[in-house]
Amino acid sequence: MELPPKVKNILLLDSEGKRVAVKYYSDDWPTNSAKEAFEKSVFTKTQKTNARTEVEVTALENNIVVYKLMQDLHFFVTGGEEENELILASVLEGLFDAVTLLLRGNVDKREALDNLDLIFLCFDEIIDGGIVLETDANVIAGKAGINSTDPNAPLSEQTISQALATAREHLTRSLMK
Amino acid sequence: MAQPLVKKDDDHDDELEYSPFMGIEKGAVLQEARVFNDPQVDPRRCSQVITKLLYLLTQGESFTKVEATEVFFSVTKLFQSKDTGLRRMVYLIIKELSPSSDEVIIVTSSLMKDMNSKIDMYRANAIRVLCRIIDGTLLTQIERYLKQAIVDKNPVVSSAALVSGLHLLKTNPEIVKRWSNEVQEGIQSRSALVQFHALALLHQIRQNDRLAVSKLVGSLTRGSVRSPLAQCLLIRYTSQVIRDMANHGQSGERPFYEFLESCLRHKAEMVILEAARAITELDGVTSRELTPAITVLQLFLSSPRPVLRFAAVRTLNKVAMTHPMAVTNCNIDMESLISDQNRSIATLAITTLLKTGNESSVERLMKQITNFMSDIADEFKIVVVDAIRSLCVKFPLKYRSLMTFLSNILREEGGFEYKRAIVDSIVTIIRDIPDAKESGLLHLCEFIEDCEFTYLSTQILHFLGIEGPNTSDPSKYIRYIYNRVHLENATVRAAAVSTLAKFGFMVESLKPRITVLLKRCIYDSDDEVRDRATLYLSVLGGDGTVDTDKESKDFLFGSLEVPLVNMETSLKNYEPSEEAFDINSVPKEVKSQPLAEKKAQGKKPTGLGAPPAAPASGFDGYERLLSSIPEFAAFGKLFKSSLPVELTEAETEYAVNVVKHIFDSHVVFQYNCTNTIPEQLLERVNVIVDASEAEEFSEVTSKALNSLPYDSPGQAFVVFEKPAGVPAVGKFSNTLTFVVKEVDPSTGEAEDDGVEDEYQLEDLEVVAGDYMVKVGVSNFRNAWESMDEEDERVDEYGLGQRESLGEAVKAVMDLLGMQTCEGTETIPLNARSHTCLLSGVYIGNVKVLVRAQFGMDSSKDIAMKLTVRAEDVSVAEAIHEIVASG
Repeated sequence: MELPPKVKNILLLDSEGKRVAVKYYSDDWPTNSAKEAFEKSVFTKTQKTNARTEVEVTALENNIVVYKLMQDLHFFVTGGEEENELILASVLEGLFDAVTLLLRGNVDKREALDNLDLIFLCFDEIIDGGIVLETDANVIAGKAGINSTDPNAPLSEQTISQALATAREHLTRSLMK
Repeated sequence: MAQPLVKKDDDHDDELEYSPFMGIEKGAVLQEARVFNDPQVDPRRCSQVITKLLYLLTQGESFTKVEATEVFFSVTKLFQSKDTGLRRMVYLIIKELSPSSDEVIIVTSSLMKDMNSKIDMYRANAIRVLCRIIDGTLLTQIERYLKQAIVDKNPVVSSAALVSGLHLLKTNPEIVKRWSNEVQEGIQSRSALVQFHALALLHQIRQNDRLAVSKLVGSLTRGSVRSPLAQCLLIRYTSQVIRDMANHGQSGERPFYEFLESCLRHKAEMVILEAARAITELDGVTSRELTPAITVLQLFLSSPRPVLRFAAVRTLNKVAMTHPMAVTNCNIDMESLISDQNRSIATLAITTLLKTGNESSVERLMKQITNFMSDIADEFKIVVVDAIRSLCVKFPLKYRSLMTFLSNILREEGGFEYKRAIVDSIVTIIRDIPDAKESGLLHLCEFIEDCEFTYLSTQILHFLGIEGPNTSDPSKYIRYIYNRVHLENATVRAAAVSTLAKFGFMVESLKPRITVLLKRCIYDSDDEVRDRATLYLSVLGGDGTVDTDKESKDFLFGSLEVPLVNMETSLKNYEPSEEAFDINSVPKEVKSQPLAEKKAQGKKPTGLGAPPAAPASGFDGYERLLSSIPEFAAFGKLFKSSLPVELTEAETEYAVNVVKHIFDSHVVFQYNCTNTIPEQLLERVNVIVDASEAEEFSEVTSKALNSLPYDSPGQAFVVFEKPAGVPAVGKFSNTLTFVVKEVDPSTGEAEDDGVEDEYQLEDLEVVAGDYMVKVGVSNFRNAWESMDEEDERVDEYGLGQRESLGEAVKAVMDLLGMQTCEGTETIPLNARSHTCLLSGVYIGNVKVLVRAQFGMDSSKDIAMKLTVRAEDVSVAEAIHEIVASG
């Protein structure tokens, strides 16, 4: 076992299993077609499940995949079969919540593509070469978004309703735990 | 890669499928990238273009070397912009482009400037980018800054430097190792993540220094670690230290167990899980150590969070393989998970239950599984089928309900792999449980009536041909087989013809009728089918003298005596000429055994596909190998082959293990030798055996190994004669003798003259257990009662102080080399007494049954009452002698 926890990839796919943004940190899938094959099998295995409120988990090809769905977006984090599922889940939750913050609660494909730069930065701030860099959503979103290319709408100036939506989301999550 | 996406978009309503990257194309984006060169940088525009480039890369598009270089050069111009958002994107794209070392020079000064910037975000990111792209010489230049960054007051900067250190350690360990003082300081950081990264790096730096790691763990376990992630790491390091200590023979109280146990009460669930898992994976974990871990995992089983349930059931599933009794407490929680929404959790729960279940719960469990099977995917079903197979071997009495279950699922829809798993399981059950044979064969017959997989049909037909004729009423299978000849493709038809012929040959009463059936096959449209039919007709039509009978039998049932690979090469080399191809010219020696085989040893071939795959291991393989050597052909039937015994330490120049083959009046030692030195070729490899401590044995002959090149194992044999049918024991000392020739590694050619040399091997013993074959019985009680009570021999033994009951049971089992029956090899945790049922066949084909009752008193003294029944009283006495002397 790799001693420090390792993340093998982060995938963000749409409702047809197509890539929105993906990042691989492992040589397990050397070619693009190997990557696509993996994404396809992950997607088909998980698409019928209901992972909208809680992070779900499955095992696939000697890997552990944790995932969560929101609207037409599917979030995945993959680790080796020996990996601690809860560490992977905390990475996924960090990613998901950070993206929610950055997209101001409108987590769907269109919004994600419109702010793809933020998503890329988000990935970059969560994992560095497979090693967990940060899991706190607020810190991640802060680092990725505070100097966003769209200076007209910094996080602090969210509309009241959006802020409320975010807060509600957080409250529900903490209640469900 | 963007193309298909775009096309899809075009087909749909544009409103719905809007994407800012619609119609994106590499050429156009590369054109756009020219804006980077504008004297007046437009940050917003440039960020957009970089995003597009990153989008292309993420979609699987790749840039040529020239394109990448061009983009990289123009991106470097963007360092002149002060826009922080743009700078972040520049960092990102530089990492993605991974420039070559001669290009890196251009950005290093800009990045070094950012590394010392006042803006924290610049410092952190510049470090990460720079460390990703530079080489060793540049690293020495910036080392000073990195050390500073590690102790930076901003945790983000400090983490960036530490994580970069982790990556750099792989390429430039000697530089990173100089940072330990700074890293040490990081462990004391108030920031959780810095602590985590510092701990990871410090451990990596010291990982080869056992003492330092153990000291590190020792000081940290006293509790200064706050971050849950760091705590998880610490648990991993702790279990590594525990393992190391055990390996180095430090016994007594297990160190650090207290620490692991205290982590079970940590407030972060990830730490609890990590600790519970670490405890379950301890070598030789005792039930007392296991209990607290199982308790927390049991709580997780009813958590509302699927990840927790999954983690818990997955861990318990593993524990169930080694300590099934420890997990039984969780069975009720586990059963409720069978209906879990998450199918992965449900499958794991079922397979765990199958492992921990006792004989009485099998039926109830099968009922629950039946409902579950219809709505899970094939891959889960295969896992369940495998679990059922092992259950059936464990509880042979329950074969009826398990077999019914397997035949039911065999009839349902399913893919090839799934069906093969079921068929393999049925075949295994038929082999292991004689009572299950007839019903199992009928299930298989029904299956091939409607089987879409040619491979499975032919395999089943072959299996029928071997097992079917020995059943009570062979004629009932003929209809199924002959139907194949009418309804199937040529491959299956040919297989069916062969199977028919086997029935005709083995069952005299069926011969005339089968001849009629085969005659019809002569008009088949396929050549192979016609050829086989004609051939078998002439075999069956033989005059029935003993001699031809034997030949026909060999022809029908014998296996090919030469390895298939050799046969293939010989056939390829054969040029059509007047001289016919002679099968005797094919070399019989197995040339090179794959190294991987070592790992596969001891694994019993299961199912249909397995046996031919492993040519020289397993009983069948050994039998074939030995019978192919003319000198050994006269020894009669092979009684038993032992598992390989290593005669050398791991990682020595020459690795040798030995397999003991027992014949009625001979013992053959097969020395498997491997030469692990690439610069050497060994010739005339022989083993000189000194049998002075084995009085009843006398050496008959030996067979040297002509040549042993690097990394391709070969075998040498030494044969001893012993009194027929007598379980003679003795000790043998071995010396390997050979001629060494130097090999030029570049050409692979060996020098002409070599030097004689020898190599001392460890001693080898032939023990009484070598004369016992593991043979299971399906119903121990019946078998036991059918043996004459008069011939029973009972005695009691004191086994002295042992660590646990399990250890004592295992010692006795190893000594006797018998098969445990009815799952009695698993011992309930905390048990103070246990009864073990063993069965086997002793040399001379004497059936032996043993009932061993163990009891332990408070001082861990173990006593055993051994009751032996055998078909021959002298053998029963011999068993007692074995135990008394062992």
